[in-house]
Amino acid sequence: MSDIPFPGAGEALPLAGPQEKTAGLLGWISSVDHKRIGIMYLLAALIYFGAGGIEALLMRIQLAEPVNSFLSPGVFDQIFTMHGTTMIFLVAMPVLTGLANYLVPLMIGASDVAFPRLNALSLWLLVFGGVLLYFSFIAGGAPAAGWFNYAPLSEKAYSTTKGVDYYSLGLLAAGIGSVVAAINLIVTILKYRAPGLSIKRLPLFIWMVLVTQILILLALPALNASLVMILIDRTLSAHFFLPFSGGSAVLWQHYFWAFGHPEVYIVILPAFGMISEVIPVFSRKPIYGYEYVAASTVAIGVLSFLVWAHHMFAVGLGHSIDSMFAISSLLIAVPTGVKIFNWIATMWHGSIRFTTSMLFATGFLVVFTVGGLSGVSLAVFPVDWQVTDTYYLVAHLHYVLFGGTIFGVFAGLYYWFPKMTGRMLDEKLGKWHFWTTLIGFNMTFFVMHILGLMGMTRRVYTYPNYPGWGTLNMISTIGAVIMGISSLIFIWNVMVSRRRGKLAGDNPWEAWSLEWATTSPPPVHNFDRIPPIRSRRPLWDLAHPENPDWKNEH
Amino acid sequence: MGNSLFSPDSPQAQAITHLSIIVGIVMLAIFVLITVLVLYAVVKFRHRPGDSEPRQVFGNSRVEKAWTIAALLTVTVLFIFTIRTMHSADRTPAPGRKPDLEIIAHQWWWEARYPHSGVVTANEIHIPVGKAWLVRLKSDDVIHDWWVPDLGRKMDAIPGHPNEFWIQADNPGTYLGTCAEFCGAGHAWMRIRVIAQSEAGFKSWEQHQLEVPPQPTSGESVAGSKLFHELTCDDCHTVAGTSANGDIGPDLTHVASRETLAAGRLKNTPENLAKWISDPQKWKPGSHMPDFNFTPTQVSDLVAYLETLK
Repeated sequence: MSDIPFPGAGEALPLAGPQEKTAGLLGWISSVDHKRIGIMYLLAALIYFGAGGIEALLMRIQLAEPVNSFLSPGVFDQIFTMHGTTMIFLVAMPVLTGLANYLVPLMIGASDVAFPRLNALSLWLLVFGGVLLYFSFIAGGAPAAGWFNYAPLSEKAYSTTKGVDYYSLGLLAAGIGSVVAAINLIVTILKYRAPGLSIKRLPLFIWMVLVTQILILLALPALNASLVMILIDRTLSAHFFLPFSGGSAVLWQHYFWAFGHPEVYIVILPAFGMISEVIPVFSRKPIYGYEYVAASTVAIGVLSFLVWAHHMFAVGLGHSIDSMFAISSLLIAVPTGVKIFNWIATMWHGSIRFTTSMLFATGFLVVFTVGGLSGVSLAVFPVDWQVTDTYYLVAHLHYVLFGGTIFGVFAGLYYWFPKMTGRMLDEKLGKWHFWTTLIGFNMTFFVMHILGLMGMTRRVYTYPNYPGWGTLNMISTIGAVIMGISSLIFIWNVMVSRRRGKLAGDNPWEAWSLEWATTSPPPVHNFDRIPPIRSRRPLWDLAHPENPDWKNEH
Repeated sequence: MGNSLFSPDSPQAQAITHLSIIVGIVMLAIFVLITVLVLYAVVKFRHRPGDSEPRQVFGNSRVEKAWTIAALLTVTVLFIFTIRTMHSADRTPAPGRKPDLEIIAHQWWWEARYPHSGVVTANEIHIPVGKAWLVRLKSDDVIHDWWVPDLGRKMDAIPGHPNEFWIQADNPGTYLGTCAEFCGAGHAWMRIRVIAQSEAGFKSWEQHQLEVPPQPTSGESVAGSKLFHELTCDDCHTVAGTSANGDIGPDLTHVASRETLAAGRLKNTPENLAKWISDPQKWKPGSHMPDFNFTPTQVSDLVAYLETLK
């Protein structure tokens, strides 16, 4: 550490006094500390990840061979609906919100989020929403109209159990929680940064969280409104989405995807943010093209509102509309490509440490690229006319959401776990985790591209015995089992390492952002003192007074 | 016949497969480029003991602009190919062009109506080979999607939003397809067969479909035809020339001449027909045809009758 007196030390804590830690379970559930809330978000996401993973395995068992009868279609339809709904709303969103919750105040040098009580409300609304959704299993049947709940299939006449009602109520609760959390994080980032931490010096993870929260704020209301409308249809016999009594079946799709496509970026941008923190630290270089990575995030955010009808190329909206949405969807590949090149350029001439975190980040670069490229092929809408709603689409979305979001999250978790617990995750188990994930993931999902091109549609509980279909599906199922094992290795690693892992110290990776300037785990109030911030990498400047960034950055 | 993008057999499907190959090559080239760069970095720039901190490089605007422009050019080229293929894969019909075929999707079967001849059939759609037919696609309940990969694009069947698309087959034969939009419990067994026939073959098929089937004569089939009425089969099904005119389930006037039962679930044999009527929920769970608990005699009488409907 240097002798420079820390400006603003002691007064960079703009919030009402941080609370004392309360012990025990009650301490946790009554907590309004952003770190505890963040960890509870992560735990909730992990539990729901287990549920969604079991659902995935059940589906893969049913599909392992043609004309299998392990699950009836009634059960299979509930399982695939719950798998998708769970993974999007109860895993991807909370794991990212949890990490943002934990990290945002630490990375901007604040003592908590702007509205700590509201923060607790967000968390418990999410937990409550998930419980409501899962309660449907014992209340007559889970929703079975797919995660995007297309009307009129989701209307009372065709979905006769209470499942869709629980779906709507559960997602409304979680959705309100997300909007509240978005307001909270936006205000925190805009108003509670430490002195010297200008917007142009924000860590890229914070940039991406900021853009994501703005997307949530603008996109979630479209979902919340349509959930209310379908509830009114179902319980009060309105006809918003019933075409034979004056409503429109296409309307639901417009509303849903007006939310649903920004949603894709809501669950991928924070992962981009984590990759943008992890790759520089382990390559021992600053991010290449900071301004371009940040600006491309904003570009993606804006474009994400203009691409929704690429989910609807088979609806028959006409060539002019299809063409417009092809343009915007192809354009959004440009800022995404720019990011990939910047990450690779960051590794270039670096001195790369292949920790488990960096392995996941490197794996991300390749597998996410597959998902991005298949996404481009789907924007070419004559191709989409053939492959949409097939297993090609299933492969694409998993390469984006698992190969992108989940690989990014694992990179982030191995990176920040030491900060959260004070102990390192075991690297040997971590490497087992990485390689089993990489192999299992590609085995499960790569073959799905081929199955889709061969004509296998998604959401079928079984399929005829066409040449090759059984074999490819069996490979996919074996891959899914390997992924199940890899998840168990990760959970085992977390359980063992949080008690017996190597002690981390304040800054085990010699990283450069503010969260590493405090103890691991940080005290309730986060910082005793905040280092001077004169560049994007304050801790680099402290460690290298002879060559500080503020002399080199423009 | 195949059932995939690899065996296109119409000008429309061929146009899309061509485009897919071009897009596939572009995607593969980009994938190889990125993978090679990543692997090179992994091997070349990995940390070796004794390495000091590398030179701190913050970026280069010229490089950023270069790859942004390269990416923009790539997607522009793809867009041009998209527009070119759009017209050949999905020509806009001339205004006022009347459809040659009307297909109505139901949970979980396909109804086909031929407006020029008045033929009504289900699940097995006959077309004359080599002709571009305009199809009008509707839905009677939820959203379905018509997809026969060898013949071209998917098209959603949306209630209250009729769509049109072209169907054409270059060679005679049977083309397999399926409903591609999740539509409920029977979605997996809402399969399609398109049977392309020579002009003469198609005409004679059409003629045959218009004939009223002969009255049943054998003891069993006469009993079956009575049961068909007494056991309320005719509330949902139509048989031309009889009082059966239900419009909930498929038209059964020539059911015995079809290749499959229950939209592709079972091969159409007398044994399978008996299995199907005995327990439809076993073979196609969720089907709107309920389990009637027929006695074995009732089943064999009904099968005998239905087998006369050639």
